[in-house]
Amino acid sequence: MSGPSDYQPSNPALQWIERRLPIIGLIHSSFVVYPTPRNLNYWWTFGAILSFMLGMQILTGVILAMHYTPHADLAFKSVELLVRDVNYGWLLRNMHACGASMFFFAVYVHMLRGLYYGSYKEPREVLWILGVIIYLLMMATGFMGYVLPWGQMSFWGATVITNLFSAIPYVGESIVTLLWGGYSVGNPTLNRFFSLHYLLPFLIAGVVVLHVWALHVAGQNNPDGVEPKTEKDTVPFTPHATIKDGFGVACFLLLYAWFIFYMPNYLGDADNYIPANPGVTPPHIVPEWYYLPFYAILRSIPNKLAGVIGMFSAIIILCFLPWLDSARTRSSKYRPLAKQFFWIFVVVCILLGYLGAQPPEGIYVIAGRVLTVCYFAYFLIVLPLLSRIETPRPVPNSISEAVLAKSGKAVASIAVALVAAGALFVGTLQDARAEEGGTKPPGNSWSFAGPFGKYDRGALQRGLKVYKEVCSNCHGLSYIAFRNLAEAGGPGYSTAQAAAFASDYKIKDGPNDAGDMFERPGRPADYFPSPFPNEQAARAANGGAAPPDLSLITKARSYGRGFPMFIIDFFSQYQEQGPDYVSAVLQGFEEKVPEGVTIPEGSYYNKYFPGHAIKMPKPLSDGQVTYDDGSPTTVAQYSKDVTTFLMWTAEPHMEARKRLGLQVFVFLILFAFLMYFTKKKVWADSH
Amino acid sequence: MNPDASTIAAGAPIEVDLSPVAEGQDIKVFWRGKPIYISHRTKKQIDEARAVPVASLPDPQSDEARVKSGHEQWLVVIGICTHLGCIPIAHEGNYDGFFCPCHGSQYDSSGRIRQGPAPANLPVPPYQFVSDTKIQIG
Repeated sequence: MSGPSDYQPSNPALQWIERRLPIIGLIHSSFVVYPTPRNLNYWWTFGAILSFMLGMQILTGVILAMHYTPHADLAFKSVELLVRDVNYGWLLRNMHACGASMFFFAVYVHMLRGLYYGSYKEPREVLWILGVIIYLLMMATGFMGYVLPWGQMSFWGATVITNLFSAIPYVGESIVTLLWGGYSVGNPTLNRFFSLHYLLPFLIAGVVVLHVWALHVAGQNNPDGVEPKTEKDTVPFTPHATIKDGFGVACFLLLYAWFIFYMPNYLGDADNYIPANPGVTPPHIVPEWYYLPFYAILRSIPNKLAGVIGMFSAIIILCFLPWLDSARTRSSKYRPLAKQFFWIFVVVCILLGYLGAQPPEGIYVIAGRVLTVCYFAYFLIVLPLLSRIETPRPVPNSISEAVLAKSGKAVASIAVALVAAGALFVGTLQDARAEEGGTKPPGNSWSFAGPFGKYDRGALQRGLKVYKEVCSNCHGLSYIAFRNLAEAGGPGYSTAQAAAFASDYKIKDGPNDAGDMFERPGRPADYFPSPFPNEQAARAANGGAAPPDLSLITKARSYGRGFPMFIIDFFSQYQEQGPDYVSAVLQGFEEKVPEGVTIPEGSYYNKYFPGHAIKMPKPLSDGQVTYDDGSPTTVAQYSKDVTTFLMWTAEPHMEARKRLGLQVFVFLILFAFLMYFTKKKVWADSH
Repeated sequence: MNPDASTIAAGAPIEVDLSPVAEGQDIKVFWRGKPIYISHRTKKQIDEARAVPVASLPDPQSDEARVKSGHEQWLVVIGICTHLGCIPIAHEGNYDGFFCPCHGSQYDSSGRIRQGPAPANLPVPPYQFVSDTKIQIG
C-alpha cells in the first residue's frame, strides 16, 4: 500500500493478472518488502495477534451462527444443544467466547503500547483515531454477542446497557424503544442484536484495512520513536516481522488455549447458565471484564446523565490524545516523568476494573470517584502539562544507533507480569459474586478436577440412581437425552442399557391421527421428562419456589472466591465452585437454626444457601437409596455421587475437552519453540 | 426498527382483578413486558407516605398525585428502577417500599425515590378503576 510497486511476477499467468489488477504487487509491497523498523520489540506483535483473533472470531462465529436460533424462547436451548450435539460444538463455543476476551486483552495491550511509545503522534493521528473507532465497534460487537446466549446476565446486561440511552434528554426514551423494538428487552431485541452482531465484525474488518493502510503510509512507530532514516534502520517485513509475529501468535495461542481447554468458564458469569427471566434480577449485574473500568466510571458519577456522558467520554477522549499530548519526544522511554505517569495510569485502569465488579457501596463508591478523577486527569491535566514542563532525555540519532546501544531486556519477566496483571483484572469478576450471605462451601477432591480429570464411572451411575429415585420427583433434567447415557465420557452404559433405561419412562407424544396426545415408552432419543408441565405448575406445587432444572446446575451456581484465591485459581485450574456448592447445599441442612437467623414458615435452614432459608426440604437421608456396588449409603456419599453426575450433565464433553487440550498444548509448545529458533536464525544478522 | 404491529397489539390494555390481594400484600403483573407492582397498602404505609414533606424529596411528588382518589390503599407502579432498569424488590429497604438490589436505590411506600443513584420516582402507568376491585392498565 505504499505507492506503485515495481514487483513483476515471473509466471506469465500472474503477469497477465498483474497488468490488469496489481494485487500481487500490493501484497508484495505491503507484506514482503515493506520496510519495518529493526528495533521493534514484542509489544509490536500484538497487531498481528489482533488480526489473527479477528479472523478467528469471524470464522468460529459464522459456524456458530449455522447452529444458533435467535429467538427468545429457543436461544438458550440452542446454545446448550450446540455445545452438546454439534461435532466439536463445545470447542467452537469456547473458542468464540474466550476469543472475545482474548481479543480485548490483546487490544488493551496494543492500545497501551501505543500510549507508551507515543504512536498516536504526528503523522499517525488518523491511524490512531481509526484504532479508537475499531475499539468502539469491538465494544458494541462484544456487548451484543454477550446477549445472544440469552442467559440471565445476557438479558440484564442488555437491559442495563440499553437503558443508558434513556439518559439522553428528550429523545432518550424513543431511542431505547428503537433499540428494543418493543416495550422492553425481548425477542425483537434479540433478533436485531443477532443481525448486528453478525454485521459489525465485517465493518471492523473494513476499518482494519484502513488502519493497516494508514499504518503503511505513515510507517510503523518504534520503541525509540525516531523515524527510520537510512536502509540500515529497517529490515524487510518478510521474513523478519512475519516470523516474529508468528512466534508472538504462538505464545498468545498458549494463553488462549489455557482458557479454551482448561478454564472455559473462568471469564464468564455463572448466572449466564440460568435462562433469561424478565421477572428476576440477579443480585449483581456485572458486565464482562473488559467493560469493567468504564462501568466503574459510570457508577461513580451520582447523576445518571453525567454518568453516561462520563463513561462515553472516557473512550472518546482517546481520539483527542494526539493533540492533548504535544510533547515532541514520542517514546516514553526518553520521557522520565511520562513513563511514571503511564504506569500510574495503568494501575488506575486496573483498579477501576476491580471496582467495576464490586457492589456500589461504601468505600468502593468513594474510591471509584477518586480513580475516575485520576483517569481523566491523566489525559486532561498530566499529559498537556508534561509536554510543557518535562525535559526529555536525548533521543538517539537513528534506529541503528539505538539498536547498537541496546542492552538486554527482560521481555519474559514483563510478559509474566502482564499475565499476572491480566489474571488479577479478569478475576475481579469472580469477586463480584461474593458477600451474598452464605458460608463458603468446603472444597472437595473431585475426580474430574484438574487438567487430567475424568469422571468416576461408578459415581456417575450411582448419581444417576440418586437423581432418578430422589431428585427427579421435583427437578427436571431437560437437556439430557437417554442416548447421552451411552456416550463416551459419560456413565459408560451400553446402547442397549440406555434404551432399556429409556423404556422405563412414559413419554408424551402426539398428536396421533385422531388428534390426541398419547403416551409411549421412552426411546434413546427422548429427553428426560420434567416432573411438572410448566414453571407455574412447579411453583404452585412447591410453595412458590420452582425447583430449578438440574441439567446445568453445577455451572449455574458459584460463589465468590475472593482475592487472592481467584488468581491462584487461574494457575491451579480450580473450576469446581459449582460442584462444591451443590454438594455443600445437599449436606448443609441443619435442624437447629442458629440464633439471630429467622427462617420463614415453609422454609428450611441451610448453612450454605445464600440467605440460609431454602424452600427445599432436606432431600437425602442415610440409607435412602440402595447401592449395588457396596459403596456407603450415606448422605455424604449420595451428595458426592449426584454432584458428579450433575457435573457430567452440565458438561458431557469435559473429558474430550481436557484430552484435546493436552494434545493442543504439546503441539503449541513445540510449535512455539520452532518459531522461536527460526526467528533467532532469521534475525541473527539484524541485531 | 420501531415496534411492529403485533408487538403494539400485544401491548393493549389489560384488566386486573384486585379482590384476592389482601391488605399488606402486593402482586406483580406483566404489561408490555414490564413488571407492574400493585400494592394493597396498609394504613401505616399510607400515613408514612403522606407524612414526609414533599419538598424534601429528590423527585418531589405528593402521594395523592400518585394514587387514584378514593382508592388510596392501592399503589400501582412500574417496577423498573429508574436508574438502570433492574426490578426492585417489594417490602424491602428502609422506607417500607421497594429496594433495588442492583445499585441500592430505595423507594418509599409511594414508589418515590428516597435514597440511592436513581434519578426519579417509579413511574405510575396509565390505569383506571373499572370497578372497586378491578383496574384496567393501559
